[in-house]
Amino acid sequence: MKNKVGREISDTVLNEMGYKPFESTEIGHPVVTYTDHKVRVTKGDDKLVESIEDVIKANLKDGMTISFHHHFRNGDFVFNMVMDKIIELGYKDLTLAPSSLTGIMNDKVIEAVKAGVITNITSSGMRGSLGEAISHGLMKNPVIFRSHGNRARSIENGNIKIDVAFIGVPNADRMGNANGMEGDSAFGSLGYALIDAKYADKVVLLTDTIADYPNTPASIQQTQVDYVVKVDKVGDPDRIGSGATRFTKNPKELKIAKMVNDVIVNSPYFKQDFSFQTGTGGASLAVTRFLRQSMLDHNITAAFTCGGTTSPIVSLLEEGLVKKVMDVQDFDKGAASSMKKNPGQIEIDGSWYADPDNKGAMVDQLDIAILSALEIDTDFNVNVLTGSNGEIRGAVGGHQDAGTAKMTIITAPLTRGRIATIVPAVNSITTPGSSIDVVVTEVGVAVNPARQDLIAEFKKHPSVPLVSIEELQAKAEKTVGKPKPVEYTDRTVAVVEYRDGSVIDEIKQIKD
Amino acid sequence: MEIKQTAIAGTLESSDVQITLSQGTGIQIDLDSSVASLYGDDIKKVVTDTLASYDVTDVNVKVVDKGALDCVIKARMMAAIQRALGTVDEPNWEVL
Repeated sequence: MKNKVGREISDTVLNEMGYKPFESTEIGHPVVTYTDHKVRVTKGDDKLVESIEDVIKANLKDGMTISFHHHFRNGDFVFNMVMDKIIELGYKDLTLAPSSLTGIMNDKVIEAVKAGVITNITSSGMRGSLGEAISHGLMKNPVIFRSHGNRARSIENGNIKIDVAFIGVPNADRMGNANGMEGDSAFGSLGYALIDAKYADKVVLLTDTIADYPNTPASIQQTQVDYVVKVDKVGDPDRIGSGATRFTKNPKELKIAKMVNDVIVNSPYFKQDFSFQTGTGGASLAVTRFLRQSMLDHNITAAFTCGGTTSPIVSLLEEGLVKKVMDVQDFDKGAASSMKKNPGQIEIDGSWYADPDNKGAMVDQLDIAILSALEIDTDFNVNVLTGSNGEIRGAVGGHQDAGTAKMTIITAPLTRGRIATIVPAVNSITTPGSSIDVVVTEVGVAVNPARQDLIAEFKKHPSVPLVSIEELQAKAEKTVGKPKPVEYTDRTVAVVEYRDGSVIDEIKQIKD
Repeated sequence: MEIKQTAIAGTLESSDVQITLSQGTGIQIDLDSSVASLYGDDIKKVVTDTLASYDVTDVNVKVVDKGALDCVIKARMMAAIQRALGTVDEPNWEVL
């Protein structure tokens, strides 16, 4: 059957996997039940150990679900260290449920899948060799892609039942009080891992730095932790986040950023105590700089920003232009190291950030979200997961979650090389068009026809060059031509969940 | 027209294409492109059309494409052809 965004959802996914098709971005007021989890009672004197092997042997069984976080990004040593042991010990049929998978984990995941160690994966996304392998049929069971908010939700409701959480931290004391802010491999907010620490049956911290007891601030608390494993090194500081964020000189990105700024300033949401979220792309970072000037010019300050945090956002906080930075992860060193010195840079967990099934998340209060896209179609549906050749090469991240902001702006160049960004139909849908309000390209701004209020507002301001999404698509096609469609088999290699757990799209295996 | 010498046009920069023409029998196209699965046929068509407009029937064409648009591919082809034919000082105005 077809779901509400016109995507064919297979019987396998609906009947065998028990999915409901995507209906609406509205969550409503369902009453949900959070799952329980086991607690092995201890006074804690037995927590600090040296051998990850002993911990695995004592706690892991075939068929269990294990989790990791991706806050070390490409500087992660913990994932490969733990997976090496698990593979060596010959475990089978595990479900891998990390907050996301970074490039440094790719080869190890492929090795574990080939060895039958991992037979199920749920993640925010994947890139490179792993995405390619999955797209060409590496796994028997489809990968499940969930947004950051949906992962928190799924852990809370038991859809992801974590048996053992392996959480790398740059510091911890012998009882398990830990944070992400101090130590050689500090990465700032522990946001996504906090849910694992709260709901996993067994919580295993791995750290290279044993701090004096009691270690504060304790983002993860001793009451949650079963083991503290001392290892040589948890990460490579140089690869955890990029160094200084450079301001883009790319004229296309600057033009887009300038237009995004014009859209924001001329929208009804640009007023005292507004809130916004930006991403990490060149255009997104540049928006922050333009927006800073606009805030100064109009004498307006923001109540908060949320989501992934970058140095330019922290600068706004330090200048007093933003009152609170609600920080679930840090994308660069500046943002990671400033958390400990800025009382206004607040660590929030994945549920507080974006979970649809709690008593109110930050994204529900968000005025403006500035997000990127691999593709956008003429129904405003956005793809951030699959490339033009059909291969998985991205992550849902917080896209669906922040997409529920009062005004969601997608920034994208009209074309990237010979690849059109605005297309008749996206390769796979990540975020439904009904939550996308404005698309900004270097040749014009398209507003979702559902937002006549915004169209009327922008028409008053000639600095916002309005075009229709169809015009943008036609222009892109005229420039690059019409690509040959990607050929797929009938086999589903991945299910893309919407943030409420319904299925918004399926990704099929590419025909070789 | 006959290919007199091996000739190259274009670079390996993103959105450019590097074309190498050399003597051969019939038209042989060796295409290397990151967008081959999407635009391979289009690229080959621009190559063969441009060769036809110069009446070149025997040539080996190596195309290393970095996502160039058709107009870029055509321009690089024309430059490579005129270099290979040894006619860079006599632009073929009918083709242009």
